[in-house]
Amino acid sequence: MLGSNMGLVYALLGAAVAVFLAGAGSAIGVGIAGQAAAGVVTEDPSKFAKVLIMQLLPGTQGIYGLLVGFITLSKIGLLGGSPAEMTAFQGLLVLAACLPIGIVGLISAKSQGQASAAAIGIVAKKPDQFGKAMLFPAMVETYAILSLLISILAVNAIQI
Amino acid sequence: MAVLQMQRISICALKKERKPILEKIQALGLMEMNQVDQEAAEYGFEKQDTMVMRQGFDKSVSVIENALSILDNYAPIKKGMFAALEGKPLVKDEDFNECVQTREKETLKAAEEILVESKKIAEYKANLVKLENQKEAIKPWLPLDVPMNYGGTLHTAMILGSLAGEQDEAGILSRLAEHDIDPEDLEINIIHSDMDATNIVVFCIRENETKIEDALRSIGFSRPSNMISEVPDVYLTNLNKTTSELEDKIQEAEGEIKVKSKYRQDLEYISDYYRLRSDKYQVLGTIPQSTRTFVISGYTTPDGARAIEKSLEKFEGCYVEVEELKEDEEPPVLLKNNKFSESVEGVLDSYGLPHKGEFDPTFIMSFFYVFFFGLMLSDAAYGAIMAIACFIVLKKFPRMSSSMHKNLKMFMFCGLSTVFWGVMFGGYFSDIVDVVSSKYLGMAAHPAHIPAVWFTPLEDPMKLLIFSMLFGLIHLFVGLGIKVYMDIKAKAISALITDFSWYALLIGLIMMLLPSGMFRSMSNMNFNFSPVAVTVSHILAIVGLIGLILFAAADTKNPVLRILLGLYEVYNITGWLSDVLSYSRLLALGLATGVIASVVNKMASMPSGVLGVIVLIIGGCFGHVFNMAINILGAYVHTNRLQFVEFFGKFYEGGGRAFAPFESNTKYVDIKEEN
Repeated sequence: MLGSNMGLVYALLGAAVAVFLAGAGSAIGVGIAGQAAAGVVTEDPSKFAKVLIMQLLPGTQGIYGLLVGFITLSKIGLLGGSPAEMTAFQGLLVLAACLPIGIVGLISAKSQGQASAAAIGIVAKKPDQFGKAMLFPAMVETYAILSLLISILAVNAIQI
Repeated sequence: MAVLQMQRISICALKKERKPILEKIQALGLMEMNQVDQEAAEYGFEKQDTMVMRQGFDKSVSVIENALSILDNYAPIKKGMFAALEGKPLVKDEDFNECVQTREKETLKAAEEILVESKKIAEYKANLVKLENQKEAIKPWLPLDVPMNYGGTLHTAMILGSLAGEQDEAGILSRLAEHDIDPEDLEINIIHSDMDATNIVVFCIRENETKIEDALRSIGFSRPSNMISEVPDVYLTNLNKTTSELEDKIQEAEGEIKVKSKYRQDLEYISDYYRLRSDKYQVLGTIPQSTRTFVISGYTTPDGARAIEKSLEKFEGCYVEVEELKEDEEPPVLLKNNKFSESVEGVLDSYGLPHKGEFDPTFIMSFFYVFFFGLMLSDAAYGAIMAIACFIVLKKFPRMSSSMHKNLKMFMFCGLSTVFWGVMFGGYFSDIVDVVSSKYLGMAAHPAHIPAVWFTPLEDPMKLLIFSMLFGLIHLFVGLGIKVYMDIKAKAISALITDFSWYALLIGLIMMLLPSGMFRSMSNMNFNFSPVAVTVSHILAIVGLIGLILFAAADTKNPVLRILLGLYEVYNITGWLSDVLSYSRLLALGLATGVIASVVNKMASMPSGVLGVIVLIIGGCFGHVFNMAINILGAYVHTNRLQFVEFFGKFYEGGGRAFAPFESNTKYVDIKEEN
């Protein structure tokens, strides 16, 4: 039984890896930025909205992970209740396709959290430079987006 | 459509009309002060020191501000959720002047009284804390019915104090026995005992007093530091009485403050009045003045100059001169755009205004901004909610600050663009129509479906990827086009050649890429160019390449270095590649919105029956609001990034200084000028 549909196991593992690594990265990143944001709000509560936006920036990797996880689940038919028959080879392909967003998501979200924390420092001292401050964390996210793109294209391209 | 031209306006007038002229200019708010001190000083003009006056006004402002914040504390007024959007109310200048003329002193006095009362309250509260401590300290002595400092009678001595820890009479006596004290010689009364201390009163014959007290001290006895000359019970009653008196006084003072809340509006007016005067005196301090005349000079727009000239006509002996700026002057920047494009001025401002002689990209950027924002969010329902919400807020709060107004207008246009892209891609809360119709309307076999007008990105992501990059390429080429325009204006020939070389090289390379097998396999699109076109593409690429190598570093004298720097410029082709790839975020963010919305739909529609409908509505609302918020944020951030990094990177520097006119900079009210 297990051997006959090992492909499905690999594929599900892929979805799990995407959600789990990218989500963990976002949790770390949002946490780092949140500490800086909380510090600013103790000094000046009126900056709450601005620093909250900054804190949310590293949260997107988790969403990208969820996105790939979801696409994968619907691809392998687990959501519809009728899992697709697939070989171990196909399952491993799906797993490989999920890796970019998982790993890049994890690392980039943490780095983006650090950049966000620094940008929150800008907002604390020069609130009018919000637009520029927001850009530094957004730079980091580019690489998460690139990996998301490859993950989506790859998952989509695998024939099942 | 552009950066407004600035002119220097100089006004020379009689000193006796200094006040009304300055006030007029301040009310108009069209002129940025920039005095010509040096020239004026040569003709014997001097500046007046207004520091003391200004400090006086600033102090009054801070007194009133403190009074207002105290008022907010004791007599708060309810503010709506959207108070921040309401903006400052408009007040007729006659009302404002009437308040200033008749009630200035009274209002300032009210403010000071509020401060006095609040100081009193603070004092009373400090006293209350002290009283509470005293009450705590006396509590263990309450059972004592003589004053604490009662020494005893003629022959009997009373020793009062405490021992550490919880102790009983027998224990104390036995420890005293170790110090040769006969238990018969004294009587111990335990007043109060707890874990920390045991309070005792000891009676003995006067002769034995010293001996017994020494013995007591050796087992850790000590007299209290604060001996109260009253019976503790009476003392506590007195304390309680003082407390309630203080509380009454606090109530009374608070009442006084609350009564003053009728002055709130006047306080706000007068606060703004002092603010205006402080600004005016700040300017006054910079104006060169002679015995009978003064000169004001500064920047304004041609329209502003006309308006100022017109409004100063009625002043006798007032001479206005308008002239063009000198070459070396760095004028402030004021943008003027059409009603649509001005909405993105805030975005440009957060990057930096154009520096002197630079092109204002607002107009061109506004179209790309709205276009890309919609493409990233791309859900018709989200876009409609956004546009309608912004529209309602804009209509409901017409007096919000102009920057807020522009931002909301930008989001409204972005919302409309989102509706457009949502319709193109068939996203209405992603697939809510399919989900509801198949699950709740009994159309499981053939669910209703709103087809995409163009195509569904999730079914053909490669197609949208190619288009994203195409849109990006157009965006970048337009940016390069603006650089061409600026180079033509600056007559920079070699820079122009470099720009066109880039066009040639890039177009040539793209024409070579399109028919290649790699592109065909990625996009399923077939380009078959005729041999002529292929030749043209090769020629373009080679001409571009040579142009870049020769002209990118045209100012370098050393020919070898020039070629090397030119080759380095060619290396920039990787920069173009990464810029174009960067636009893939248009696809990624668009997909993210759609897929998460469909996850929300799927989860919300899991339970069935009546409960299912409730869960669908509540869960759907919650989930979609969350998804909308996070994706609007994402679309905003990444649209900004595409403008700032990719687009502006091709031609824009920024770094201009914003026009900061001398104007009525008020905090609470806007004063309506009556002409």
